[in-house]
Amino acid sequence: MTSALTPFLAATIRTATPLALAALGEMLVERTGIINIGLEGAVLAGAFGALAGATAGGVAGGYAGAMLGGLVVGALFAWGVLILRADQIITGMALTLFSAGATGTLYRAWYGTSGAALHAPTSGPRSIPILTSIPVVGEALFHQPVITYFTYLLTPVLAWWMYRTHSGLALRAIGERPDAAEAAGIHVARTRAHAVLVGGLLGGLAGGTLVLAQAGTFVENMSAGRGFIALAIVVLGRWRPFGVALGALLFGAASALQYAFQAMGWNAPYQLFLAAPYLLTLAALAGAMGRTRAPAALGRPL
Amino acid sequence: MLRDSRALRVLIVAIGTIAALTSAIALLLLVGGYDVVRALDALWTGSVGSWYAVTSATLVRAIPLMLTGCAVAVAFRAGVFNIGAEGQLLAGGAAAAAIALAFPDTGRVTLLAALLAGILAGGAWAGIAALLRERFGVQEVISTIMLNFIALYGVSLLVRGMLQEPTHAYPQSSTIAEAVRLTRLPGAGRLHTGILIALAIALLMGWLFRNSAAGFRLMAVGESPAAAMSAGMIDVHRTRTMAFVTSGALAGLAGAIEVLGVTYALYEDLSPGYGYTAIAVALLAGLDPWRVMFTSLLFGALEAGAGAMQRDAGVPSTLVAMIEALLILGVVAAQAVRRRRTTHAHVDDAGLEPTT
Repeated sequence: MTSALTPFLAATIRTATPLALAALGEMLVERTGIINIGLEGAVLAGAFGALAGATAGGVAGGYAGAMLGGLVVGALFAWGVLILRADQIITGMALTLFSAGATGTLYRAWYGTSGAALHAPTSGPRSIPILTSIPVVGEALFHQPVITYFTYLLTPVLAWWMYRTHSGLALRAIGERPDAAEAAGIHVARTRAHAVLVGGLLGGLAGGTLVLAQAGTFVENMSAGRGFIALAIVVLGRWRPFGVALGALLFGAASALQYAFQAMGWNAPYQLFLAAPYLLTLAALAGAMGRTRAPAALGRPL
Repeated sequence: MLRDSRALRVLIVAIGTIAALTSAIALLLLVGGYDVVRALDALWTGSVGSWYAVTSATLVRAIPLMLTGCAVAVAFRAGVFNIGAEGQLLAGGAAAAAIALAFPDTGRVTLLAALLAGILAGGAWAGIAALLRERFGVQEVISTIMLNFIALYGVSLLVRGMLQEPTHAYPQSSTIAEAVRLTRLPGAGRLHTGILIALAIALLMGWLFRNSAAGFRLMAVGESPAAAMSAGMIDVHRTRTMAFVTSGALAGLAGAIEVLGVTYALYEDLSPGYGYTAIAVALLAGLDPWRVMFTSLLFGALEAGAGAMQRDAGVPSTLVAMIEALLILGVVAAQAVRRRRTTHAHVDDAGLEPTT
């Protein structure tokens, strides 16, 4: 049993890491009353940025490129929605399409259409001494790439910041009553812009994780809807950091089931496993929506 | 006189749009270091440079775009953000293929049944998202995108399973019998009768928008669900659900027509993203089915030209996807700026809050 459980848990954590990063970023955005469907585009731009950065400057360059890619999408969204006040949903959707087109075009222009598999340098797993030797979970939780440990830290830090600091309170206030927050002297537009940029950055990191800690290469449209799944995870996690992290783990586990089933010799069409996260998203949203309350101002026109 | 000036304005807008698009493409080509003249020449030749290009490339691509464009217009008009035309198209294509392959001997009857199956499957696929929205308050933006992925893997499963061709060598279905296909128009290359269906639907939808009570309800709900609700004469949930399902049915029909008129078999890559391009088609048309007839032609030409640019000038065809996205951004930004200029009153409840 132990032998099957450890790889399952490890795969869960591995799949959950990018989802958690993207979802935590989007959680911040939605807490200010904005919904950024362009998150998918940020993840994809991050993945491409990671490839471009990594071929130039190794793993560190890759993560820098990933953040930059996500940041560009976040900045475009902020410009469209916060400055021009264009519709949030359509702007976000257009940015996702733009990101797919732009990364595809740049990829083919820079690296050719030949499909010669490009190998980006990857950051392998690092073991944390002592903790790794905890039975069953130690190896799964503490033999992971550095970005996973960053996510472990990010979750409690965000929770502390949102619920224990003035600026965190300001963020939450904006999502509930932007007018009241403005009257109380909070810079609503500026805070929203910051949240959108950080959201883009974390989305980019999520894409970077796919390339630098998992695939080791870039494939067109490799985000494969993870940004959208992250949107669902935010709802599932009730707009709270630990809830979001748990939601990401749930999705990680659903994806990891395929390895577990394969290990048990249970053969089902692989498309079922590929479709599973999307089915789970629908089921989870249907189950969660009735019992959660979104930030009051979420998605309202500015 | 008034009519003349209106026609003139439409003409100016049309020419301006095409000029702006061409300049944008030229600029991107220049930045990318491509041979601009050669690429634009390929764009022209591949889309409108010859009778063959117009009929077999541009118009053939305009058909699914016209139908999915109308699908998006119906939904968006009612305030339903149906991003799922792609999945609904695939569902319609799969259903039509299944019927067409199951009854190859009954010719026209099968063809009609297959088209109907496409409509029903597309409507049902959208119906899932409509149900999730009205019953559980799930935002249709997320649910329709999830359903797109599920439809894609569903088709992938079908062409490797139940609908796979008998040799089991390729991920595709058998070829549909000739009698069950949509016939080609004489002297027009690969152009098939689907264009007549698409035009009829666009004309009808545009007329309904302008002249029917259902069209009025649709727009009232889209403009302000709360106002429509408190006016008491409109069942908001019912209207939205109807718009959603109609939207899916139109996209499903597009998929059925694609299978019965173009590919003659079910493939995984049945659609090169028509359902997403449709968003640009509909928005550029101001969500008006009559104008969708023209914008779908424009995008049909762009898609056709993109293929030619890739073949003849080595320009990634994804460049056009970029242009389409920029166009959507331009349209919504222009709308936002104009809205702010004309009025400061804004509708607070036209948005996306979960319905109860």
